[in-house]
Amino acid sequence: MTSIAKPKIVHEGLRRNALGLTVRDYEGGMSTLCAGCGHDSITAAIVQAFFELDIPPHRVAKMSGIGCSSKTPAYFLSASHGFNSVHGRMPSIATGASAANRELHLFGVSGDGDSLSIGIGQFTHALRRNLDMVYIIENNGVYGLTKGQFSASADVGSKAKRGEVNKQPPIDPVQIALALGGSFVARSFSGDKDQLVPLIKAGVRHRGFALIDVISPCVTFNDHEDSTKSYAYAREFNHRAIHADFVPPAAEIKAAYDEGEVLPVDMHDGSRVLLRKVAKDFDPGTRGAALEYIRARHRNGEIVTGLLYIDESEPDMHGVNATVAAPLSRLPYEDLCPGRDALLALQKRFR
Amino acid sequence: MAKQQKSRINDFVLKIANVNGTGSASANSLLMKAVFRMGVPVSGKNFFPSNIQGLPTWYEIRVSKDGYLARSGEVDIMVAMNAQTYARDLQEVAPGGVLLYDSTWPRDRLLSRPDIEIIGVPLARMCNERFANARTRILMKNMAYVGVLAALLELDRGVIVELVKETFAKKPGLIESNQQAIDLGYEYARANLPCPLPLRVKSLGKTSGHIMIDGNTAAALGCVYAGATVGAWYPITPSTSLMDAFKSFCERYRKDSDTGERRYCVVQAEDELAAIGIVLGATWNGARAFTPTSGPGLSLMSEFLGYAYYAELPAVLFDVQRVGPSTGMPTRTQQADLLAAAYASHGDTKHVLLFPADPRECFELAVTAFDLADRLQTPVIVMSDLDIGMNDWMCRDLEWDAEYRPDRGKVLSTEQLDAAKTFHRYVDVDGDGIPQRTLPGVHPRGAYFVRGSGHNQYGGYTEDAVEYQQVVDRLVKKWQTAAKLVPEPKIRRSRKGAAVGIVSLGSCDAAIEEALERLAAKGIQADYCRIRAFPFGKKVRQFLEQHERVFVVEQNRDAQLKTLLLAETQYPATRMQSVLHYGGLPMDHRCVMDALEQYAAQGEAA
Repeated sequence: MTSIAKPKIVHEGLRRNALGLTVRDYEGGMSTLCAGCGHDSITAAIVQAFFELDIPPHRVAKMSGIGCSSKTPAYFLSASHGFNSVHGRMPSIATGASAANRELHLFGVSGDGDSLSIGIGQFTHALRRNLDMVYIIENNGVYGLTKGQFSASADVGSKAKRGEVNKQPPIDPVQIALALGGSFVARSFSGDKDQLVPLIKAGVRHRGFALIDVISPCVTFNDHEDSTKSYAYAREFNHRAIHADFVPPAAEIKAAYDEGEVLPVDMHDGSRVLLRKVAKDFDPGTRGAALEYIRARHRNGEIVTGLLYIDESEPDMHGVNATVAAPLSRLPYEDLCPGRDALLALQKRFR
Repeated sequence: MAKQQKSRINDFVLKIANVNGTGSASANSLLMKAVFRMGVPVSGKNFFPSNIQGLPTWYEIRVSKDGYLARSGEVDIMVAMNAQTYARDLQEVAPGGVLLYDSTWPRDRLLSRPDIEIIGVPLARMCNERFANARTRILMKNMAYVGVLAALLELDRGVIVELVKETFAKKPGLIESNQQAIDLGYEYARANLPCPLPLRVKSLGKTSGHIMIDGNTAAALGCVYAGATVGAWYPITPSTSLMDAFKSFCERYRKDSDTGERRYCVVQAEDELAAIGIVLGATWNGARAFTPTSGPGLSLMSEFLGYAYYAELPAVLFDVQRVGPSTGMPTRTQQADLLAAAYASHGDTKHVLLFPADPRECFELAVTAFDLADRLQTPVIVMSDLDIGMNDWMCRDLEWDAEYRPDRGKVLSTEQLDAAKTFHRYVDVDGDGIPQRTLPGVHPRGAYFVRGSGHNQYGGYTEDAVEYQQVVDRLVKKWQTAAKLVPEPKIRRSRKGAAVGIVSLGSCDAAIEEALERLAAKGIQADYCRIRAFPFGKKVRQFLEQHERVFVVEQNRDAQLKTLLLAETQYPATRMQSVLHYGGLPMDHRCVMDALEQYAAQGEAA
């Protein structure tokens, strides 16, 4: 994962967050991705979201697998702990990290190859566990680092740069997440920062697995005509179904929306997500309706975006396990070892 | 009528042939435990099929006043409860032995032997007459033969009554019926059979200070005592009972009685690829974490093992070895994962291995494994096997040092990071090849990037030859440090110091100990070095150099321990000779005896 150190220039008057940090403190190394890569826009949105959430960078664990997308944790939150895993296995690292330290903010970045092919098993099981993390898929329908093979998210009929036409149906992570009981299911487009930043913030505050599938065009291998993951295509066929605004705890909720059009969702930490219908015919309340809507639009070639499903009531992995509130890694040894007398007593069973 | 055998008290093998799924396990362990409580050293080996119901299964109990815990290689009393294997079971009985069978149904007249005593007991008929329920009738047949054997072997009836109560403590309704079935068998035997047999059990008083425990349970207890909080696994025979035991101990010791909150987290992963990933995610964050597995799981974990070696993350694995290659024979034992574990993963990788020889060592070395993994920041694989892991072994009581505190290695604290000007992950600050590490969330200065890609000593990405080599060369230094920290071998020297040495590991131990005593009685001396860890320390090398001929005893076809010794020491191949046992059943002393006797005979002839 290459990166080039970026000179840190802090202008006076640069806005500071509640921790006194500027947005510069949330940046990382200089990106070495291709100029115009969608992933870099997502990186910028991540920087913005964490800055606005006032989260100390060292309390964030950023994780990834292998691929172009998985390089990006080097480009944001340089003061955070990073883990660049093996290909497709980041969800298991995240599971262990959460098991050991449930206080960390776990933030995973993956790609369509990493999550939908080699790592589809781990992706779906992290989802099933409702692991408390944000999981971004930077989805471009193509393998970049190995130069342009189709990925499993490529649409039928989509044409590769070298002319080959994809004939296999795509795997859609959003539909998987809805079908497998995902508690936070969102899709966005790397070119839509207004939509993406609040989604990331809501995802961070969601207790459970927050999937954000982001269509992120590959300028080098998949941005041509006849590609359904190009900038032009995503712009034309982006169907915003629902917009999520994120309201931090204690902030006054301004009546910017008409009653009835806005559905407020209370998060565990006291913050709130306001869901605003953009598409009148979309019902964000039920999993089945969301799934049906996405399928119907996809048949028309449209990409449905927004916070498509959210359920704050599902227990996460620790809820199911009834783990103590304190991180397991910080429990004193005395609370873990039953001691000498217990061992003596126990051995009666083995006589 | 067979020739009357001379009295053999506390020195015989009892084998029970049965059909799996008929509930014979509790009857068999009750028998073994009764011998144990009478103070007579005993071991039990379960030979079971990879199946739930209907296939042949055997349980072999060796009663040994001399304390020999390996198999003897012979069967003196066979309880033939399985018509399917009757012919073969009959053949296995040593001349002068006894075969007990269910005479409810007539047996083929060909199935007889003049040189053994054959005893028929109408077990099924008696149970059918006494019990109404069909399933109960099947289960009670097993308890009925316990009763017959209690009479034939003169087992202490009071001990048996107690054991029945304990066995069914959670289902008190079953105590009465089981005791009834035992009494049925007992009374029948007393009335109709020549009780007791010349082969029998007599109280001895040689088992106090000992317990009967299986290695997986002991290893799980070691994990609890070491302070492991995260366990991740994918169920696989024969390692499954390790995590089952860990969970059950944690439910007992680590669950808040008021809130029900757990001070541990066990994740049943989707596969072994994930299980090891979960362990690494947890140790990265400072928890002690482990995964139990077996050969096929170890193969799947290889990629992440290389990652952990290179990124320098602790991990504890238990490889409860079974028979390979591939799926192999999942319910049979072997030591055939040695090379796969030692060098698991692509690229230049080496892993620290520990080799327990019995359940007691599973407990102790489990704790050692966590300390070493933390100290060395690398995976440590405890190489157990099915024989140790799943069979009950008699071993000395487990002991615990109340002063023990985990060695967490070079993890920098908040205070240390406050005081430090900078932190670089892979710099060899102390000259022992072990760098310092930090945990996420502790301190802004501790942040670094864990990566399996090329990195320099500062933790930064690199593709530079010099920077890359600096890190991998330091890992060699760390490996040398590891050789000094791992448990030393157990060395047993013959009185005069022999020219012949035996080198072995793990569950071969009991058979070798017995062979050495038997050889000494014949005037053949050999020294014995039981290796307990890889990398091999100084003492292993010295032992090799001190002997002109070394027999390497191990349970695999390809002489994997010998290969490791040849690769990692300077000892010449021409002076090493393999003794291999790899059919899948626990080894007995005979292969070792044969090899050494043959060598001694050659020496005399020359």
